[in-house]
Amino acid sequence: MATEYNAYISDETIEGADEGPLAGQTVAVKDNISTKGVQTTCGSSMLAGYVPPYDATVVERLTAAGATVPGKTNMDEFGMGTTTETSAYGPVENPAAPGHVPGGSSGGSAAVVAAGDADMALGTDTGGSIRCPAAFCGVVGIKPTYGLVSRYGLVAYANSLEQIGPIAPTVEEAAELLEVIAGPDEHDATTRDHEGATEGLADAADGDVDGLSIGVPTELVDGADEAVVETFWDAIDELETRGASYHEVDLPSVEHAVEAYYVIAMSEASSNLARFDGVRYGQSGGYEGNWNESFANAREDGFGEEVKRRVLLGTYALSAGYHDKYYKKAQDARAWVKQDFDSALDEADVLASPTMPIPPMEMGESLDDPLTMYLADANTTPVNLANLPAISVPAGETDDGLPVGLQLVGPAFGEKQLIRAGSALA
Amino acid sequence: MTAQAAESRELATVIGLEVHVQLETETKIFCGCSTDGGEEPNTNTCPVCLGLPGALPVLNEAAVESAVKIGKAIDASIPEETTFHRKNYYYPDLPKNFQITQYDSPICQDGELEFSHEGDSRTVGIRRAHLEEDPGSIKHAREGTGPLDSRTTGIDRADYTLVDYNRAGTPLMEIVTRPDFRDPGEVRAFLEKLEEVLEYLGVFDATRDGSLRIDANLSLIDAEDVHDDGSIDEAVLEAANRTEVKNISSHKGAETALAFEASRQKKLVQSGREVAQETRHFNETHGNTVGMRSKEEEKDYRYFREADLPALRVSHWKEDIDIPELPDARRDRFVSEYDLSEEAASKLTSTKQVADFFEAVAERFDADLAATWVADELLGELNYRDMLITDVEDRFDEIERLVELVADDEITAKNAKETVLREMLDEGDDPDAIVDREGLGKTSGDAVQQAVAAAIEENPDAVADYEDGDDGAINFLVGQVMGKTGGSADPGEVNQLLRAELDG
Repeated sequence: MATEYNAYISDETIEGADEGPLAGQTVAVKDNISTKGVQTTCGSSMLAGYVPPYDATVVERLTAAGATVPGKTNMDEFGMGTTTETSAYGPVENPAAPGHVPGGSSGGSAAVVAAGDADMALGTDTGGSIRCPAAFCGVVGIKPTYGLVSRYGLVAYANSLEQIGPIAPTVEEAAELLEVIAGPDEHDATTRDHEGATEGLADAADGDVDGLSIGVPTELVDGADEAVVETFWDAIDELETRGASYHEVDLPSVEHAVEAYYVIAMSEASSNLARFDGVRYGQSGGYEGNWNESFANAREDGFGEEVKRRVLLGTYALSAGYHDKYYKKAQDARAWVKQDFDSALDEADVLASPTMPIPPMEMGESLDDPLTMYLADANTTPVNLANLPAISVPAGETDDGLPVGLQLVGPAFGEKQLIRAGSALA
Repeated sequence: MTAQAAESRELATVIGLEVHVQLETETKIFCGCSTDGGEEPNTNTCPVCLGLPGALPVLNEAAVESAVKIGKAIDASIPEETTFHRKNYYYPDLPKNFQITQYDSPICQDGELEFSHEGDSRTVGIRRAHLEEDPGSIKHAREGTGPLDSRTTGIDRADYTLVDYNRAGTPLMEIVTRPDFRDPGEVRAFLEKLEEVLEYLGVFDATRDGSLRIDANLSLIDAEDVHDDGSIDEAVLEAANRTEVKNISSHKGAETALAFEASRQKKLVQSGREVAQETRHFNETHGNTVGMRSKEEEKDYRYFREADLPALRVSHWKEDIDIPELPDARRDRFVSEYDLSEEAASKLTSTKQVADFFEAVAERFDADLAATWVADELLGELNYRDMLITDVEDRFDEIERLVELVADDEITAKNAKETVLREMLDEGDDPDAIVDREGLGKTSGDAVQQAVAAAIEENPDAVADYEDGDDGAINFLVGQVMGKTGGSADPGEVNQLLRAELDG
């Protein structure tokens, strides 16, 4: 079932149970989530032909709930990208804005949902990789609180930052899928059993925002594209007419968030991706020379440019003499960002901003300039640094007809609050 | 320095150790795989210990418990909470190309261990002891001839390398001492004591292949830099060029390797040459150390927190976890409670199995008998055969039965030791079977009495000599009775019976 948007890497079907809350529904799965017996590539030629011998916990849960997996979706290589153009399997096109990127890194997952090729999809979000493509493709995406959803079976990019989450046409459907995959897992020591966090999520999608207090961090609106800002305020107006109120809040630390995010994410990536050496799986040896040379050759051949860039930068940031200057400083910034969000959320129920400061780029536009691509993550990365939940819901379109997403951020394990508020718009 | 001055320098040896011990837990430290390594290669593995993409570690708290026991035994401080870090380096035995270990909050810090060496009591400081995962094991192989013997000596000649991940993820404790050792003999005594303590704690199995691995640092300093209390200034230690000796896997090996290394360095210094700061490989077969073709740059492991394992609060564990009585305390108690000599008590507490067995036997019979049979007879016979107490651990009930036969006077102590125990160890039979087979059961009173009467009747000359005051004649008669009873009678008893008969 290849799509015209190149949204699937493989289209092998995984049947779900006959009955369950998701019976009869199709849920596409991002190709960095392990599926037993079905190739899992992470969008990399390094893992071409790699067939995991086990299922990720989320895959077990969703098939047990009756969902059928129609295929594994295309993505930026190892999740490293904002446009789904770094995939070794070719770029994905945005079905909601042809000629434009679908956002990334879960671009394939958002695209199949936007195109109606799957009812829902799972994406993963390390610095915005669910919310960005949801916003660019005009669908809903939820990045859960760190620890709500098991990461067992998710091929790690930056393990202290990422979560698996749902992408769906509506908030209610996204909430249904989240309810199925959420909850503690003995295979992931970072999952937490937070009382009430996993029940009644779908029921919370009642659109009731009467009395809701919305904080708008000015730092996340000021630098954004004009058309995006306009659409954003229209959506806030809409919420206001439904009984919500808004006020401005400060998040002074977020100006350092993107830098801190990339230092931490790249550092972790340099270690997480070390295991890809051609010995046990994927891109395999047969190289001349000693094992160091063999490892180097497998990695040279198997990884794409962006992955190499991030592994090298991350290795550098962790190295003796630079560790304190980069990695440690980034951790300090992370603590500061967390603190800032906590104070802002003391003054508001949810925080609202444009999900992305820009509308979807044209395909090929940003590839040559990684820094511009990194800066596009300004509004999403702080949330991962703070381990908080966030949702991206369609806010409307620019005059050029490009989708714009509204991001709502809530307190830890406050998914219900986000689902309730978001469902007023989608 | 002139050659003469160099030659006359008085040197002191400084040694510090990093001891890796495998902890005896049922499952690996971060997954549910068994720690039994002895099966087919790569069978005790799962996505976690194979480092498959997406797999996550989950801490086995039994390993932490063992570590806390060690911490209590070496009087270390246990932190409020303990965390794990990644040590990043590429090696084929390391499935993830990083090792999960502990860095700035090890489970044990600042402990010490007391041991005795050449009659003196010595205490060595333990800087830290931390938990980590064991890598897999690798074998270098040649086309046609198969695996070569050793990890570093084989590599140059190998055509390919085989990796077995059965060992990967076995919990390891790395125990790092302060540079408090002054000679290789001390190191050996320390290791023996450490192993004894670990076995007492039930966290370690010395019989397991590769369960103990030692790296040792050795440097020489001027003897005058050692203060009267034995301490050495940090700056002196820093300035001394040291070598790190790897691939030591036994107490004896440690002593041999370090004696070789100390003498090698001494020769260099005394001939006015410099000791290179390097890593050396101990060759157990040749008893020497060989410089490894090492890259000179310092390794950068890029340590950082392992976010997949949340911090574990262990502040209460030290109170909550009990450890058994340790060898020193038990030895002292044996002396006072059972009235044993220091020597016997030391022998009896040398391993937990011996001590437990002694106490079981002492409780059932009496302490003197138990001490004789366990410390002297059993350990003596085992030692003679190069056997360990663990070799007969599952036959303790048979040995107890043997002691019972002696205690109940059913066989003589002499026969019990010289025939029954030896045959038990050599042939594996149980004591009753041996007694029957060899006809060692003490003959009943009536039979002895009859033999006494017969001996008197058949030897009138000897009887006459006895009655004439020749006391030596009684020995001849005793011998006759013993002959008639096949040696199963008690000679002292026969003597008395004869006298009663003749004097009556």
